[in-house]
Amino acid sequence: MALLKSCVRSGRNVFAVILRREFHKTAPALVQVTVRDALTQAMDEELERDERVFLLGEEVAQYDGAYKVSRGLWKKYGDKRIIDTPITEMGFAGIAVGSAMAGLRPICEFMTFNFSMQAIDQIINSAAKTSYMSAGLQSVPIVFRGPNGHSAGVAAQHSQCFAAWYGHCPGLKVLSPWSAEDAKGLLKAAIRDDNPVVFLENELLYGVAFEVSEEAQSKDFVVPIGKAKVERQGTRITLVSHSRYVGHCLDAAAVLAKEGIECEVINLRSIRPLDMETIESSVAKTNHLVTVEGGWPQFGVGAEICARIMEGPAFNYLDAPVIRVTGVDIPMPYAKILEDNSVPQIKDIIFSVKKSLNI
Amino acid sequence: MRLSLNSMRKMLTIISNVLKGSASKNVARVVAARTYADFTAEATFDVKKCDTHRLDDAPPTKSVLTREDALKYYRTMQVIRRMELKADQLYKQKIIRGFCHLSDGQEACAVGIEAGIKPTDHLITAYRAHGYTYTRGVSVREILAELTGRRGGCAKGKGGSMHMYANNFYGGNGIVGAQVPLGAGVALACKYLDTDQVCATLYGDGAANQGQIFEAYNMASLWKLPCIFICENNKYAMGTSVERSSASTEYYKRGDFIPGLRVDGMDILCVKEATKYAADLCRAGKGPIVMELQTYRYHGHSMSDPGVSYRTREEIQEVRSKSDPISLLKDRMLANNMASVEELKEIDVQVRKEIEEAAQFATTDPEPPLEELCNHIFNNDAPLEVRGTLPWAKLKSIS
Repeated sequence: MALLKSCVRSGRNVFAVILRREFHKTAPALVQVTVRDALTQAMDEELERDERVFLLGEEVAQYDGAYKVSRGLWKKYGDKRIIDTPITEMGFAGIAVGSAMAGLRPICEFMTFNFSMQAIDQIINSAAKTSYMSAGLQSVPIVFRGPNGHSAGVAAQHSQCFAAWYGHCPGLKVLSPWSAEDAKGLLKAAIRDDNPVVFLENELLYGVAFEVSEEAQSKDFVVPIGKAKVERQGTRITLVSHSRYVGHCLDAAAVLAKEGIECEVINLRSIRPLDMETIESSVAKTNHLVTVEGGWPQFGVGAEICARIMEGPAFNYLDAPVIRVTGVDIPMPYAKILEDNSVPQIKDIIFSVKKSLNI
Repeated sequence: MRLSLNSMRKMLTIISNVLKGSASKNVARVVAARTYADFTAEATFDVKKCDTHRLDDAPPTKSVLTREDALKYYRTMQVIRRMELKADQLYKQKIIRGFCHLSDGQEACAVGIEAGIKPTDHLITAYRAHGYTYTRGVSVREILAELTGRRGGCAKGKGGSMHMYANNFYGGNGIVGAQVPLGAGVALACKYLDTDQVCATLYGDGAANQGQIFEAYNMASLWKLPCIFICENNKYAMGTSVERSSASTEYYKRGDFIPGLRVDGMDILCVKEATKYAADLCRAGKGPIVMELQTYRYHGHSMSDPGVSYRTREEIQEVRSKSDPISLLKDRMLANNMASVEELKEIDVQVRKEIEEAAQFATTDPEPPLEELCNHIFNNDAPLEVRGTLPWAKLKSIS
């Protein structure tokens, strides 16, 4: 029942979800965990593990988090470690960075990454560049996290994807989890990392439940930063995506499998550093590549993958040009029909696969 | 026949003056050497009363200065003065490039603040930072070598003028105003970690209008952070005078609900007393506090600004002759017999020598090796591959 509820929440059809389950390796003591709960657990465990870790942001304490991601943390850890801030992103992001310079390990939450633009100078100029400018004297162990990309009906100013913007900058690590395991393992890795990490969550994924292996339930489970995961093995074509669209790729793969087309689906997990090795090995096997992202096409994640494929050994294995499936190059509209047609749909992925394979 | 102490003194002075005119400096030094018993060990000076905002009391109007401290402050200010002038010279010779913001005229601020806080306290400032880099413990050698972009620079040549760091010194920051929330964050860490440390967070009159400073004021006050917000008001933000940039030029009041002090930034003792007062307030958990230091820079905004299109040469000259911070201290010391003219001259000579040697190092030390290009992107991290200018240029970065 929890499974059905999560399907309804995510808008995917039940059939696809059940099919997807078949591709997950079943292991003993699997547990269903929502992405939201995985994030809460990650923060709880890291707050417990290291006294210097603390969380600050708007509504993170007494409200339990605008999206309830920090539910229960203020009750457990109190005012000192879970700090409600005024609505002053530039100021509190700067304060977070300063506290990291002086020895603490802050988690700075942006209610959505759209608001991070108010603080982007602190993220790039004060956090990302400092280790380099100081020749390693000054470290900045900070995590900036929050929902990224489009939600449902929140319109243009609240729907931008920042993967490409932050992925552009040296000195930052940029992560984009999809599953609950990704969310937990990557957030823990990010908090333990001594460098500035931008952690791009997705609001529409918060309520989605995933199976979490026993290994991933451990308090020491971390997912390595900079390594992509092959979510589905395939031989015919490679689909690369991050965040929410990994699910779309798997759904498309399920439909295509019925036609005998086996897709390999890669979940990037890390935007920066980008795991080109995993993508290149896959392309060497399948000879076809489609990238799928929610963000705008120009100078986006897919564009970067295309450029690097061209520059690397995988180019010689391509039997067709790389196809990018992206969000439409417009500010996000409000009306549902317009919004639905502003972002990649499963049919777009299927169409691209067939185009690449010349079917 | 017993000579009086006074006539002995006079004789020694005459002899030393004669000998100074001739060959060996060493001889003159020996003859002119005087025992410490000759000098005043300690004197009390009047300092200007600070204007206050939301404070019931104020820093003391009397400051006790020991001979030892006086000599230390004098020397430190002279080092900063001569170091900045050397940087000017090297810049004009094109050995220093890019941005170079000099602080000659503002020495009493850096030295006075350092005198009012402890080495375990913290400090952060903007880009007019060479003096603070020195007072926070980096040698002139390493500062000049960083300016000339050599491997012996304090940031190995990777940072330059605006990005020098040291223990408990967070730079050197290039973006106007950004350092203020950072400083409030350092203060948050001080409180969080239960230390009695404070953070001196500096900004200029130009930055004082930045929104993020008011955001930092708000949070620092809400959370009672041990942060001393210090506005170095040198009357000009680049070419814009305070009257032309600020609806209110009473920068010590701009914290509104935060108490403030307006301090004579040319008098090192006034700065010291005010800083000590502010630090004590913060340590008692009553922080934050705003301090405005009224000071002046002789140079233009940076080396590309002659500094006379928006202010008069007469004004600069007047400040130099009437309010120079080093002269003010020197006059006080001499008037109270805390040191001799010769002793101070000797310090000047030593300082010049130190700066000259540092400049020599800074101009001969090799530039950083190209192998270092990509290092230090991350801290405490596995080595990684970095893309060079070309797709097949795979460079290596180590932490």
